[in-house]
Amino acid sequence: MTSLIEVRGLSKHYESRDGKGLVRAVNDVSLSVGSGHTLGIVGESGCGKSTLARLILRLIEPTGGQVLFEGEDLLGMNNAALRRRRRDIQIVFQDPYASLDPRMSIAKIIAEPLEIHRIGNRAERAAKVRNLLELVGLDQQAGGKYPHEFSGGQRQRIGIARAIALEPKLVVLDEPVSALDLSIQSQILNLLADLKDRLKLTYVFISHDLSVVRHMSDEVAVMYLGRIVEYGAPEQVLDSPLHPYTQALLSAVPAISEKNRVQRIVLQGDPPNPEDMPPGCAFHPRCQHAMPQCRINRPILESRERREVACHLY
Amino acid sequence: MTAGPLLSVEGLSVSFSTDQGFVRVVDDVSFQLAEGETLGLVGESGCGKSVTAQTIMRLLPMPPARIDTGQVLLDGENLAKLPEARMQKIRGDRIGMIFQEPMTSLNPTQRVGRQIAEVLALHRSVAYGEAVPAVIDVLGKVGIGNAERRLEQYPHELSGGLRQRVMIAMAIICKPKMLIADEPTTALDVTIQAQIMELLKTLQRDSGLSILLITHDLGIVAEMCRDVAVMYAGRIVETGPAAQVFQHPRHPYTAGLIASSPRNARKGAHLPSIPGMVPPPGQRGTGCSFTARCSRAQDRCRSEIPALVFNHDRATACWNPVP
Repeated sequence: MTSLIEVRGLSKHYESRDGKGLVRAVNDVSLSVGSGHTLGIVGESGCGKSTLARLILRLIEPTGGQVLFEGEDLLGMNNAALRRRRRDIQIVFQDPYASLDPRMSIAKIIAEPLEIHRIGNRAERAAKVRNLLELVGLDQQAGGKYPHEFSGGQRQRIGIARAIALEPKLVVLDEPVSALDLSIQSQILNLLADLKDRLKLTYVFISHDLSVVRHMSDEVAVMYLGRIVEYGAPEQVLDSPLHPYTQALLSAVPAISEKNRVQRIVLQGDPPNPEDMPPGCAFHPRCQHAMPQCRINRPILESRERREVACHLY
Repeated sequence: MTAGPLLSVEGLSVSFSTDQGFVRVVDDVSFQLAEGETLGLVGESGCGKSVTAQTIMRLLPMPPARIDTGQVLLDGENLAKLPEARMQKIRGDRIGMIFQEPMTSLNPTQRVGRQIAEVLALHRSVAYGEAVPAVIDVLGKVGIGNAERRLEQYPHELSGGLRQRVMIAMAIICKPKMLIADEPTTALDVTIQAQIMELLKTLQRDSGLSILLITHDLGIVAEMCRDVAVMYAGRIVETGPAAQVFQHPRHPYTAGLIASSPRNARKGAHLPSIPGMVPPPGQRGTGCSFTARCSRAQDRCRSEIPALVFNHDRATACWNPVP
């Protein structure tokens, strides 16, 4: 498998508000996504998953590390080269209400990336927009309407049409169905799966919802406080997790049917303040298996039982 | 069920005044909540579940809202007809309520201890100094350690999980018999959600609290509630013991919702989904409002609204239910 995108030792540190501390939003993250694959990134608020998405697109500048796209380092590129490369990497945001300009017609929203990259003439762009509307399951009349005339699910279809307008290779999906009702969520997940097959796309799929990530992903990375703690195929990471955090996360999801219910591990307290991270493993204050060395040495990701896990238990 | 229900909602209909005249958002809703039990009111955005809760508490501004018909009986007293002054005595004293977003329901300029004590001041005429022991006690009950220090903190200094615990403390300090919890964990991370669910279960076990739990999450209902009522487009379409309803849904909407969860799907396979979307209030047609999305629809569904028909403790409002 050749990787389309490879992230090496990527970090983003912010100065804390009082200027004294450092918030390590993303800390030494490495991963790779094969062409045509979907990598799921899961974790709770503040774990750094959305920051990681923006770093991959270079929407924010990293503190350190590399993002290799087809072997080329995006971080070393000048603006002109980066702009050309951006055609290949697009993003869909969580909130379909906040990410569409309310004053632009749908046709204009979808055509905008084509205009920016000077693709086709006016008639060709209009034809492309019609084609995209059809691809994402919207009526042709939708092009003349405005965002407020659409429901959440339809707006997410518009956001997806805009993201695929440039025929990108990689689409980063940042919580694409989290704002949607359950009956609409499955429609959008099906659409994303169809588009991936038809357009040979590669996805980075970011979500806090484990069942959605399990369904969509070929590989999964679980993040806690800026670091990956477990990484591998969903059959390993989500079906027989090794890291105590992954185990607790999975057990916390309420299950509809009793047979899917596992013994719940209720974590005590809140995640620690990212400005004031505990020494050793960042999870140790909430971990029921914490040992003396967990308070001192930070475990690194190592291969165990067909996945990578960062935990002293293994 | 031994005693009569604590809360009985009967034929409740609520409308909102709009440019197009009055539009029905809650339509002929009836359910009962027994003492010490949890009833889940579940449905998607706009189904009327929160409006139902706010009508019970009489929190809707009227106008534009209007109760068209129905009663809300709490221990036999009809809350729908009570004067506001009397209702104020019931809110926070006999019914506690917690909301999805504790940050918007807490006062950002007031210390947590004062806000909790205010509930006692209002309902029990207790001065702050005298209320402190009770406040510390209730903070302990909701699992907030270090209570003396927390009293002095402001809401923004607390995490989302702690804020929700403060809301729960305010809701239970007067020892109400009933709690309305409107999406109490939706804004929280799943590990924090698990803590809050445990807390609500413990409170119920210790004090026999009845809980009306409003949520969009079927999993939460399955874990928390004995009974469930599924709402769609302003109506209850199915109700019964949660375990039975989820294992064998009779209404095509309930069945469709359960099937569309990726949890039950084969990996990579297409998810079963419900086509189309919920019709907005005012455009719900003359028959069953699910007809346009329903794979089991018949002619009759388009013209006649099916009533919620009981068979033992289960009921379905459907002309052609799942066999």
